[in-house]
Amino acid sequence: MKLYFKILVLSLFVLIGFSAPGFAGDTIKLGVAGAHSGDLASYGIPSVHAAELVVKKINAQGGVLGKTVELLVEDDVCKPEVAGNTATKLVSDGVDVVMGHICSGATKSAMGIYKDAGIIAISPSATNPDLTLSGEYPNFLRTIAHDAVQAQLQVKFATNVLKVKKIAILHDKGDYGKGQAELAQKYFTTAGVDVALFEGVTPGAVDYSAIVMKVRRVKPDLVVWGGYHPEASKIVTLMRKKKMDTLFMGSDGVKDDTFIKVAGKYAEGVFATGPMDVSGNAMAIAAKKAHQEAYGSDPGAFFDAAYAATLALLNAVEKAGSTDYNAVMKALKSEYVDTPLGNISFDANGDAIGIGFSVYRVENGVFVEQK
Amino acid sequence: MTATGEIKKSVLVSLWFMFLTFPIMVIRVNTVQDVVEWRWLNMAYIGIGTFFISMLWRYMIRRKEREGKKEKTDNLSFAQKIILDKKIFIPLVALTGLFIIVFPHMFSMYQTNIMISALIYVMLGLGLNIVIGLAGLLDLGYVAFFAVGAYSYALLNLHYGLVFWLALPLGGFLALIFGVILGYPVLRLRGDYLAIVTLGFGEIIRLVLENWNEFSFGPSGIPNIPKPPLFGVDLSLSGSIIYLYYIIVGLVIFTIFVINRLENSRIGRAWIALKDDEIACQAMGIDKARTKLRAFGLGAMWAGMAGVIFAAKTTFINPASFTIWESVIILCTVVLGGMGSITGVISGALLLILLPEYLRAFSEFRMIIFGAVLVLMMVFRPGGIINNVRKTYKFQKT
Amino acid sequence: MDFDYFSYLFFGGLTRGSIYALIALGYTMVYGIIQLINFAHGEIYMIGAFTGLIIASVLTMMGLPSLAVIIIAAAAAIIYASAYGFTIEKIAYKPLRDANAPRLSALISAIGMSLFLQNYVLLAQTSDFLPFPSLIPDFEFWEPYSHIWTSAELVIFITTVIVMILLTFLIKFTKIGKAMRATSQDKTMASLLGINVNRVITFTFVVGSATAAIGGILIASHIGQINFYMGFIAGIKAFVAAVLGGIGSIPGAVIGALILGWTESFFTGYISSDYEDVFAFLFLVGILILRPSGILGKSETQKV
Repeated sequence: MKLYFKILVLSLFVLIGFSAPGFAGDTIKLGVAGAHSGDLASYGIPSVHAAELVVKKINAQGGVLGKTVELLVEDDVCKPEVAGNTATKLVSDGVDVVMGHICSGATKSAMGIYKDAGIIAISPSATNPDLTLSGEYPNFLRTIAHDAVQAQLQVKFATNVLKVKKIAILHDKGDYGKGQAELAQKYFTTAGVDVALFEGVTPGAVDYSAIVMKVRRVKPDLVVWGGYHPEASKIVTLMRKKKMDTLFMGSDGVKDDTFIKVAGKYAEGVFATGPMDVSGNAMAIAAKKAHQEAYGSDPGAFFDAAYAATLALLNAVEKAGSTDYNAVMKALKSEYVDTPLGNISFDANGDAIGIGFSVYRVENGVFVEQK
Repeated sequence: MTATGEIKKSVLVSLWFMFLTFPIMVIRVNTVQDVVEWRWLNMAYIGIGTFFISMLWRYMIRRKEREGKKEKTDNLSFAQKIILDKKIFIPLVALTGLFIIVFPHMFSMYQTNIMISALIYVMLGLGLNIVIGLAGLLDLGYVAFFAVGAYSYALLNLHYGLVFWLALPLGGFLALIFGVILGYPVLRLRGDYLAIVTLGFGEIIRLVLENWNEFSFGPSGIPNIPKPPLFGVDLSLSGSIIYLYYIIVGLVIFTIFVINRLENSRIGRAWIALKDDEIACQAMGIDKARTKLRAFGLGAMWAGMAGVIFAAKTTFINPASFTIWESVIILCTVVLGGMGSITGVISGALLLILLPEYLRAFSEFRMIIFGAVLVLMMVFRPGGIINNVRKTYKFQKT
Repeated sequence: MDFDYFSYLFFGGLTRGSIYALIALGYTMVYGIIQLINFAHGEIYMIGAFTGLIIASVLTMMGLPSLAVIIIAAAAAIIYASAYGFTIEKIAYKPLRDANAPRLSALISAIGMSLFLQNYVLLAQTSDFLPFPSLIPDFEFWEPYSHIWTSAELVIFITTVIVMILLTFLIKFTKIGKAMRATSQDKTMASLLGINVNRVITFTFVVGSATAAIGGILIASHIGQINFYMGFIAGIKAFVAAVLGGIGSIPGAVIGALILGWTESFFTGYISSDYEDVFAFLFLVGILILRPSGILGKSETQKV
């Protein structure tokens, strides 16, 4: 009896494993890859929601090229080694275009596979400059401006508007945060600002008082933060509790409503750069409303960018008349498309045209764009 | 053990769980809009679910206990019998071999790709098995040597254009040196103190890679690591994946061969003796320090070679791939499969690495299932999937 | 000026150390009794914080006065964390103990439990960070010193000391404490002397989980945010602290935690926070090489 049971389990295991992919219907397959579980899930899940909403809408209007759009959602946990598997899974499943990945490291590891398979990917959130500027990832595009643009904007704002002389740069030692901090350091130094402190903090640590004390000792005019919002809110809160009123500036990892929610009153006056304000855009308002109806909550980080990326991809396929790599790429780089981020297209590197960054300041619990 | 008694017990259990999961499962607060969502339905599901699960649980525990008594007389399990019986085992190996060879041609590229991942973990598991399963040294920082291998290929290739085939032994050798260097100061430590120090070493290596930009390019990692070349032939995507698959299969077979030989050698027996009783071992004239260092060094060497392959497979590495969590997963493959047993470790690694991939269908539930499987496996088969069969010598009266 | 800076770092390290200590106490107690690295301990701490937050928000919305909210939420967090500790022990560890499984199997079971609980909270609640209200008020009498050490930090430190004293008292002078010591020395002998070993182990888990919940609430209100992943790193650090002090020893856990806190704080302050963890681990390795059983751990003499 036991033996049969074991054989049964084994064969079931084999069956589940190998029979998963199969039927190839007449659909346009849109892959969505990113972190959908693990500690960075809150950056990936909004993009899945965006893709689902766009696809639902487009299918209701008759699909793309008369075919329905099918979503293939795969998780990469933001880890490079998993992203490789995710990418081959999507390629094996015959995906036509990909919206993803979320993290720059995972994206780099997946792009090689897409390149060999002739698949275009648009990321809503991977901001590492190398992805578009190095020329090694020709099939990569993004609906978010890259870190260098952001760092230059920070420097311009800090020197022209805030008139700072001395700054401290902190980062979270991660792929995104440290990359951003290094760019900031480079541009601030060129602009003649004294970078008095450049240090990484350990994400997830229970207490940051030592580093806050160190910042206080060098007495900077401004603290520039490279990294995500959870650590930023911890550091800002601690700074304010220790009666420091030093200005604080973060990047698009901080420009998230969760930051204000978590830091509460201590968030007041914090600067953050982020994608240009789209709250007046009719499509963005409609998308937000659709999200509230479908999921019962406000959309999360990179939702608009993911929405735009999905629209741009499907629009390009429609315009190209097929899912052929060259035709779609040409359509992406020549056609303009209406998205929640405005009317956008892509330049020769793959960066979006018509998307920029602005500086925001937290005023009365909301991010207010600074002119 | 009447039926009503059973039901009463299960009702109690289900009530307990309804109480236990109440705040997390039922209430969800939105602190911004000050709305509380009450999900009473969840409580009903939990109540009904745990009622049946608790019945099944107690039945399984009783069955396990009965079997535990029965096995006293016949203490070899089904899988062990197969391994020991040459008549079944050899054809089985041949069949598996055939399956392995045709595998990439039968299934999709994705299947081959995740099989490569799984086989990398088989190598890691077999390497760690030397340290934990044979020598009994609990190493929680094993991933450090994996990182050493991966980075030595990536960096040597970047700076000196070193090809894969030279990097493979070199990566293994560098990891071996690291293993001995790190092993030396911790020789005096035992058990969990050793575990925590190796954990510390693992983290130190990762943190150095993360912070020392000039050396390792920091957290942004090293992209575009070349795949192994095949006599100058330019391989397509699926071609290079299949090629890498055969390389790793070859290496795994080589690993199995070496470890199998080691196990029955003088060193292997010294390790096993050391694991069982350090003092007796010293009394028998075994050099404790040297034996332990050998285990550390040899274990690390396999991790280094696996690291080189890993770098060649993902073509991009950064320190985020070498966290404590990976060490924990490798440790799980060894213990889950059955410490000390080669077949056990292989099945453990395949199960642990392929399971999350095949559980993709359950998307967000896959990690919770994975956690539950670990617990259940350990509760119902604490010795692992395949218990190691130790050589026994019987004294026969004639 | 420089002495000021030194004292800032000193107090910063004290806070950090107290936080580690609150988690490390539970670790060390469980380890002392059954020699198990309870990987899921960090998750108990996380669940304590979540329960506290949920109950507190519900009560605040009902309009209860803030003092009542604090007391009820803290009590609920402690009760629930203990209940989870109890249940985990029954599900994941007791069957293994009954079957005389290898110690490593219990470790894997603990790792599985930790994964399970993390994802359970992720699925049932949210993957986002949730703001945690600062439950500890700013004391007026402390105002002049609050730029050095906020009143929340003071409360954390005092709580740690109280918890440590209570636990030491519990173990040294009560009947159950005596039973715990006996069990940790020799389980078989203890049960022969009429001690219900299983009950002692359960009790240890419950007490350990309760201290983790206290830690969870205090730390969450100090940091001001929680998410499902917060237990993992805090758990690892606390475990390091417990080993540093000599695992199994209650004052050892506190001393180890404080030393770890100070090491990290001073290293960050005077050298660089980039390598703060590297230094903390090197320091641990150094101590363990000199004293292989930790600072206060008893070195076991091997008998043949």
